[in-house]
Amino acid sequence: MDVKSALFYAFSAVLLFAAFRVITARNPVHAALYLVLAFFQASGVWMLLQAEFLSIALVLVYVGAVMVLFLFVVMMLDINIDSIRQGFWKHFPLAATMGAVIALELAAVLLGGFRISEPHKPAVTQLVMPAAVSAPANAASSAVDAASAALQVASAPAADVGHVVVAQVSNTKELGVLLYTQYLYPVQVAALILLVALIAAIALTLRARKDSKYQNPADQVRVKARDRVTVVKMAAVKPPVAPAAEEEKSA
Amino acid sequence: MSITLGHYLTLGAILFALSVTGIFLNRKNLIVLLMAIELMLLAVNMNFVAFSHYLGDLNGQIFVFFILTVAAAESAIGLAILVQLFRNKSSINVDELNTLKG
Repeated sequence: MDVKSALFYAFSAVLLFAAFRVITARNPVHAALYLVLAFFQASGVWMLLQAEFLSIALVLVYVGAVMVLFLFVVMMLDINIDSIRQGFWKHFPLAATMGAVIALELAAVLLGGFRISEPHKPAVTQLVMPAAVSAPANAASSAVDAASAALQVASAPAADVGHVVVAQVSNTKELGVLLYTQYLYPVQVAALILLVALIAAIALTLRARKDSKYQNPADQVRVKARDRVTVVKMAAVKPPVAPAAEEEKSA
Repeated sequence: MSITLGHYLTLGAILFALSVTGIFLNRKNLIVLLMAIELMLLAVNMNFVAFSHYLGDLNGQIFVFFILTVAAAESAIGLAILVQLFRNKSSINVDELNTLKG
């Protein structure tokens, strides 16, 4: 067993243990912390699959943002643990049986059916570019790759005609090229989804209490003198009026 | 014996089955339900990344990227609804969400 296999089994074992603890932990805070551990292990597995960008993004986005949000919410709420654990052991036999059946069936099919052990050489990573041909047929893949490959052609000391140059690009660069060329509009849509989620989360949780006193700075700035003081033109000579009306005027 | 595509897919399958079990077990706890959904998405993403690596097609990883985006939005809105629910009912029990009489 080589190092990669050992790492795979180690990451998988810890990942499955953490996932099991997430669904069985008594305290929701512990469940959230085990979920953090599960995401770290999954990030390790993705690193084994040479998806560096996604594995780091998983740690940054999930552990850094989503799980911290989860922990905040779990700690803010005052949860009665005993009441939410009711029926846990009652459902346990059925749930465990179903989970075992699903896992065994899927494993039986997948382990037998997908015996690919050698990763297919990615076409985008190794952009084969004959030196004689200026514009390869697959130039549509990315202009940046073509440019970097051309750079390597130029820097090669003795590039005879028909010499094949393989441009090795990192996973992050490949993903970035693909995201900002072929998937430009989906990226914009994703940004819009995040904006909608941001506004929706604020709008859902924002609650103005009726009895709270607060200042409105916009109104304070916008106020005019005539809104505050009203100048009333009055006659200089006091006309003879009834005493009741005089009291009213002085008030 | 080297690690094949089937190993990664099996890992994703077991993870998915575990989270389905978690949804059955924690019927009363909305927070753990949300966490089980996150685990399910992780299992699906694992399959995408494994296929992307073994078939040499980078589009799978792009898809994972978008799934991560949508999952982040989903959990943010889900937690906002959860907070609002706790304010109104002082409980996160799923069985008490019967106001709509569905």
